[in-house]
Amino acid sequence: MAVTTDHIREKLSAEIGAIHVEVEDTSSSRCALSFKVLVVSPQFEGKPLLQRHRMVNTCLATELKEIHAFEQKTLTPEQWEKQKQQ
Amino acid sequence: MNNMLNSVLRQTARSVRGISLTQRHSGRLGAAGARWMCSSSSEVLKNVEQIVKKDKVVVFMKGTPAQPMCGFSNAVVQILRMHGVEKYTAYNVLENQELRQGVKTFSNWPTIPQVFFNGEFVGGCDILLQMHQSGDLVEELDKLGIRSALLDTQTPSK
Repeated sequence: MAVTTDHIREKLSAEIGAIHVEVEDTSSSRCALSFKVLVVSPQFEGKPLLQRHRMVNTCLATELKEIHAFEQKTLTPEQWEKQKQQ
Repeated sequence: MNNMLNSVLRQTARSVRGISLTQRHSGRLGAAGARWMCSSSSEVLKNVEQIVKKDKVVVFMKGTPAQPMCGFSNAVVQILRMHGVEKYTAYNVLENQELRQGVKTFSNWPTIPQVFFNGEFVGGCDILLQMHQSGDLVEELDKLGIRSALLDTQTPSK
């Protein structure tokens, strides 16, 4: 079963309340299957970076077994707004 | 990937510290001072917990600091180097499949590289990069008694 960008997006929205997800398939280079995601969720509020990343990892645990490389950025809605303005 | 990474690191260094660090470090690329250990003994495998406590900074990576075999591992090495952290213990997980799996299980983290400070899991490439960008890495190193080299290259502002 191949992991798709849509699948990742839907799962993150459903399970950790992500209000915005950007998924980029970065597989083209040397790796067989790699993704880069930006996840924006109010559930990240007040949580340190490591804990946020763990939430994403847990949510995508099944998928990560098949994914070779996985980059992530986790923002609260507030941080995301700030980033957009920059 | 490496070019992209380098430009990200350079931009970051400029934006965080307001100066370019590339010149300072360009001559040091081949001279990784990191101790690299071949982790083949089963004793090491049995107890990842012990080996992460053996040094203030421990890195599990693909390849070696002198020759990283993956862009993400390379990024971790470059970030540490930028902060002047040259003395750390690096384990090449490509040489040891048990260790590769063992460390993932230990830290409950699915990917390599993995960085530990004082035996505590810090994160992988993304987290280290974001800590570098936010300035948190300088503070965390300070807690370990390591003075980041970036502090000495910073332009006096006030």
